[in-house]
Amino acid sequence: MSMAGLSLKQAPPISVPFRFILSAPLFLLLAALALLAAGPDALESRWSQPLLGITHLITLGYMSMVMSGAMLQLLPVLAGAQVPQPSLVAWIIHLPLFAGTLLLGGGLYFFAAALVTLAIPLLACAFAVFFAIAIYCLARAPARNASTHAMLLALAALSLTVGLGLSLAAGVAGLLYLPMLPLVALHVGWGLLGWTTLLVIGVAYQVVPMFQLTPPYPATVTRWLGGTLFVLLLAWSCHLLLPEPAAGILAIAASCGLAACIAAFAVITLYLQQKRRRKVPDITMQFWRTGLFSLLAAAMLWFAGQASAALADSTFYALALGMLFIIGFVLSVIHGMLYKITSFLIWFHLQGKLPPGKAPHMKNIIPDQAARWHWRIHLASLPLCIASAMWPMPWVYVAGCALLLGGILLLANLYRAWNIYLRAAALA
Amino acid sequence: MQTITEYLSAEHRHCDDLFADAEAAAAADDLDAAQAGFAAFHQGMEHHLSREENVMFPAFEHAMGSSMGPTSVMRMEHEQMRELFAEMQAALDAKDTSTYAGLAETLLVLMQQHNFKEEQMLYQMADRTLGDREEIIRQMEALP
Repeated sequence: MSMAGLSLKQAPPISVPFRFILSAPLFLLLAALALLAAGPDALESRWSQPLLGITHLITLGYMSMVMSGAMLQLLPVLAGAQVPQPSLVAWIIHLPLFAGTLLLGGGLYFFAAALVTLAIPLLACAFAVFFAIAIYCLARAPARNASTHAMLLALAALSLTVGLGLSLAAGVAGLLYLPMLPLVALHVGWGLLGWTTLLVIGVAYQVVPMFQLTPPYPATVTRWLGGTLFVLLLAWSCHLLLPEPAAGILAIAASCGLAACIAAFAVITLYLQQKRRRKVPDITMQFWRTGLFSLLAAAMLWFAGQASAALADSTFYALALGMLFIIGFVLSVIHGMLYKITSFLIWFHLQGKLPPGKAPHMKNIIPDQAARWHWRIHLASLPLCIASAMWPMPWVYVAGCALLLGGILLLANLYRAWNIYLRAAALA
Repeated sequence: MQTITEYLSAEHRHCDDLFADAEAAAAADDLDAAQAGFAAFHQGMEHHLSREENVMFPAFEHAMGSSMGPTSVMRMEHEQMRELFAEMQAALDAKDTSTYAGLAETLLVLMQQHNFKEEQMLYQMADRTLGDREEIIRQMEALP
């Protein structure tokens, strides 16, 4: 532990996290509009071009956008590590990520190889810089705890996800000839169960006890869960290299382990929240609970798919699994965290500029009622999405409208908050 | 032997409990209970902050040979918390429980990220740097 790394200062300039926060919901809107435009065709199969485009607008444009922006903000707090040149770093991550996501999403949606080709160097640049900065910070971090370990594993998974994704993009663009199916499986597995889930777990270890005043996660969980998940993902990946029947046995054993780990994380977190000392209603916790129940539902659906080949082979199964995981679990958790981070950061930056007692408190920046409306619409969109996976016509339109409305409410809440900041900062 | 980390972290947990009680009373519009709960929380916090500012931080600064390091940021955050305490008291005096709720939410986030940095970094460094931990804890105990 070195003193040099420990200045305990917080915050990079507010423009660093907010460029990510304010651009992310635009991609949710775009994804919902793209779904409405494609209609039932999008949900014909998990491989439909429009759906691949829409999925990447959400995973890159919303999920990775918020996750990387939040990490630049949170690394100094959670790990005591300073991001060097934060404004410059934010530019060279955000801009190529933004443009690259538009190009990749559009390229997949319209099946336009040229757009996909253009996206490759942009996304490679954004993620390479993000990855280098995050590793640099974590390596110098004075704090070593379960969270920083889970984040390191998440970053390793991110590098694999991005590497696979770039190769696949090169395949789609016709630049490389690749065995697409196994690479897609690896890309999805490392992206969703690796990068995303490990990061959520690492963040949950800290924020669930901190903001809901729950008991801490049991030490056995924080010591083993992240590493176990990572090793199981490695084992599952190795099955692609083995001959049958060993490959089949390894795949099913590792997958069962992964599903069990994920279900255990959901159950433990829900249990801790049940034991929380802070009893007042909290919108972030409602989003978390929505996310955790969706994660459990996804794990249950996966187990059901193992029991029934007919289910596992159906289009419904693949679509519903993805929707429960991405929209139900990941988006819920991110929405909930975003409300807390946004309103706190605005308060924090304003209290430094305004006379004592003049900064608006968090609930004046994003009122509970406004966030709760978004939560209600988001919650309602989940069964509608599942219905659209079963009966694309007409439910895809209903689900698309619900997703669009949710995106609009999120965007409105975040931009109103930003406006409060701009007006108050102008007076200071 | 108790460490500084254990000793001061336990105070954080105790103050968290008092915070949650006061917040719940205010959310239930029970002003008397909220006033009493907030007074207990405020007193507990001031007690904790003064132990750090008057005993632990100076010992740490002395050992480090500088008061410009991590403790200066911690002192600044203490002041940010004290401003919120004053606003929370004013909200309760004005019987404005909804403002109290917003201020409490803000304080919670500020306080928790502050506690996190202390528990994960500063206290552990203090445990490693300060020779006579027992004496430091005894001095903190002795504060009124």
